[in-house]
Amino acid sequence: MIHLKFEKRLEQSRYSFVGVLVLSIVLALLFGALLLAYAGANPFVAYAEMAKSAFYSDWKETLVKATPLIFTGLSVTVAFRMRFWNIGAEGQLVVGGLAAAGAALFLPEIVTLPESPWVWIPIMMTASILAGALWALIPALLKAFLGVNEIITTLMFNYIAIFYYQFLYTDAWKDPAGRGFPGSARIPSFTKLPRFTGRVHLGIVIAVIAAILIWVIMSKTRQGYEFRLIGENPTAARYAGVNLFRNIILVMILSGGMAGLAGFSEISGVSFKLQQGLAVGYGFTGIIVAWLARLNPFGVILVALLLAGLLVGGDELQMSMQLPAAVGEVLQGMILLFVLGADIFTRYRLRVVQPPVALTSGD
Amino acid sequence: MPDTSAPIAVEMRGITKRFPGVLANHKVDFAVRVGEIHALLGENGAGKSTLMSVLCGLYQQDEGKILLAQKRELSPVQIHSPSDAFDLGIGMIHQHFKLIPTQTVAENMILGLKDTPFNLQMTAIENRIRDLADRYRLEVDPRAYIWQLSVGERQRVEILKVLYRGANILILDEPTAVLTPQEADELGAVMRNMASEGKALIFISHKLDEIMAFADRVTVLRSGENVATVEVSNSSKTELAQLMVGRPVLFTIEKPPSQLGDVVVAMEKVSALNDKGLPALDNVSLEIRSGEIVGIAGVAGNGQRELAEVVTGLRPTTTGRITIRNRDMTHQPPYQFIQQGVAHVPGDRLGMGLAGNLPVSDNMIMKSYNREPISSGIFLRNQMIRTFAQNLVKAFQVLTPNLETPARNLSGGNQQKAILAREITAGKNLTKGDEPPFLVTVYPTRGLDVGAIETVRRELLEQRAQGVAILLISEQLDELLALSDRIAVLHGGEIMGIVDAAEADIEHLGLMMAGELHI
Repeated sequence: MIHLKFEKRLEQSRYSFVGVLVLSIVLALLFGALLLAYAGANPFVAYAEMAKSAFYSDWKETLVKATPLIFTGLSVTVAFRMRFWNIGAEGQLVVGGLAAAGAALFLPEIVTLPESPWVWIPIMMTASILAGALWALIPALLKAFLGVNEIITTLMFNYIAIFYYQFLYTDAWKDPAGRGFPGSARIPSFTKLPRFTGRVHLGIVIAVIAAILIWVIMSKTRQGYEFRLIGENPTAARYAGVNLFRNIILVMILSGGMAGLAGFSEISGVSFKLQQGLAVGYGFTGIIVAWLARLNPFGVILVALLLAGLLVGGDELQMSMQLPAAVGEVLQGMILLFVLGADIFTRYRLRVVQPPVALTSGD
Repeated sequence: MPDTSAPIAVEMRGITKRFPGVLANHKVDFAVRVGEIHALLGENGAGKSTLMSVLCGLYQQDEGKILLAQKRELSPVQIHSPSDAFDLGIGMIHQHFKLIPTQTVAENMILGLKDTPFNLQMTAIENRIRDLADRYRLEVDPRAYIWQLSVGERQRVEILKVLYRGANILILDEPTAVLTPQEADELGAVMRNMASEGKALIFISHKLDEIMAFADRVTVLRSGENVATVEVSNSSKTELAQLMVGRPVLFTIEKPPSQLGDVVVAMEKVSALNDKGLPALDNVSLEIRSGEIVGIAGVAGNGQRELAEVVTGLRPTTTGRITIRNRDMTHQPPYQFIQQGVAHVPGDRLGMGLAGNLPVSDNMIMKSYNREPISSGIFLRNQMIRTFAQNLVKAFQVLTPNLETPARNLSGGNQQKAILAREITAGKNLTKGDEPPFLVTVYPTRGLDVGAIETVRRELLEQRAQGVAILLISEQLDELLALSDRIAVLHGGEIMGIVDAAEADIEHLGLMMAGELHI
């Protein structure tokens, strides 16, 4: 009889993860093909359509969708590096968007400042970072002082943020001149992010700068060292004199701030007003982005582009082949599942064990 | 005397076991006779546990075979799983007990047995336990709850459990590690008893004294190979140590007379709680001077860990005062203790002392990352980190492939050397010339091989000579006697007495460790 046995790898190969990722994508595409075939489509044609749309004909849209995903991916990366399970990027994105929209809609009436993007963009960015950070700070404080499980609190805070935002755009901040359509008034032109081509806006550049900044903080500073140490071994960190409370609060401000920026870039770069469509799951997808990128800020950029491509490709399937747009999200989910499932191969190797000799009795 | 012509109970022939990149066992021959206590001796990583794991069915050998005495004949057997081993009468007594504290001895005994009837006849089971206990002189009340028992008694339950299941071959994995000297002697008698009742005992240890006292024969493993199997009566401690290490080992360690300086650390009536919120330290008062090693003796779990954490600021005190060089440090955070030159070699290397997944270099800067020259402003200086880590690795002869290797991949001895290097250096760097640092070491040689133990002990004495105040918590009395100037005995969180190491008497220390003597 042949046995299969898992044996622990002594050294984890740096590249084994890339192999696992590629394998997972291939497997997800194969399983996706079964679903597409079941839905009555030719999987090869469908995939070709998706790829063409995502990375050729609609590449601009892919960049637009990648922008918030980079921000939320970074948000989750920062927190997860410290093993702080912030799954509240969605809510933090929403309050960041609210703060940006609020600043753009109401501040010009209160304070007199030059009507220039050079003044107003930084104000809106600051507002959204502060709002996202504050939203993340409450669960952080609860965790630091009372040991409350951050997974529950950050998750629940999403719903508070989302429903409050729905109240705002359907009621309190609803545009009286909007002919009954839910949504706020449009933000002034000097609060909009400049666009390059199509809907591609400056946000993508800010997102890349943010990724570089996060990378510098994480790998080049004392603060990043403390985050890493806490993430790897909180007991050792405390033993090294690291103040855990301070770090929990700092990491959540950074993480919440990044998610807040995602909200800002959607308001100021894409929708120009508060309306339905801000809370479409970029915060949750950010968790997938961060995980697939192995919490590497530059990996976040690449994975965000890939997942954005799947979203755009899914939309294309709906339009050209009358297939559900959710195909893109189904593929996203399957890639993550396969990556998680295959992760065991980066830590263990599978060995075929054959019994050395046949059983004989007597000696 | 054991019968040298007694039949073989189990034989392992030419066992080879490979792990990726490691040859854990190489053509090992090993045989145990009926009625024999056979010690398995070797340094860490010599392949003792692997060999026994093969015998217990946890691993399968790549080459070689296992022969077992069945119906008076040796026949080859396949052991694919621990339950196969169990069916063949091979039982292991693990170092860490696997007992359920809230159940009785009898309930623990039948836990996991396949043929337990639905309608439990507890009286019959209890009677059978009493019979076994009488026969092997393992006195224990079958109706007692595990939580009521002492560590020594729990170990007896573990042994009984294996006997109850009908084992003829018993493997004891470092059984004395958790026992007082008296309890260890009792265990020796029990083992002898079992052997005379026809059991074959395999006794894993790296304590030479015990092997000399308890075993009939000893097999020495080195680098995965069997270097010798000898009769204990024809051998000596020196010979065994040489076989184990591959070179002559000195047992006596030169300890120069102490040059005592000022008091560095003073604890006044300090009390503290353990992780469960129960009292762990009870009015502990202790002073350590510059150039002095104060040893803490005690059975594990009597407040040693809490003591180390309290004097390093990691655990809050409930009452009492801690001063370092006359500065009140009570209720200060760990960071302030570190700034005062308090260095700490913790007992749990990978649990507290190192971040196992981070590279060696990151681990080396744990106590100096926030100071010049390792960092400047908010930034780390990578070149400085490399130089700093490289210097420590060189100075303390830490064997590591490179500075990027994750710390957990180092051997236990090298992990310990890395921690020592970091802590000693940090203690020095954070104090001014005339301020002696304070070094807390918890089980500094636990799990290390003879060579590494020597290095660590020498380094501690070297630090003492340089005026460092040292608190040495150890479970090995010979280590405490060899290194300490004074020995304090902890029992139930209370100091039972402080004695001069030069005049200390092992019997007395043992009684204090058991809580039966208070001076």
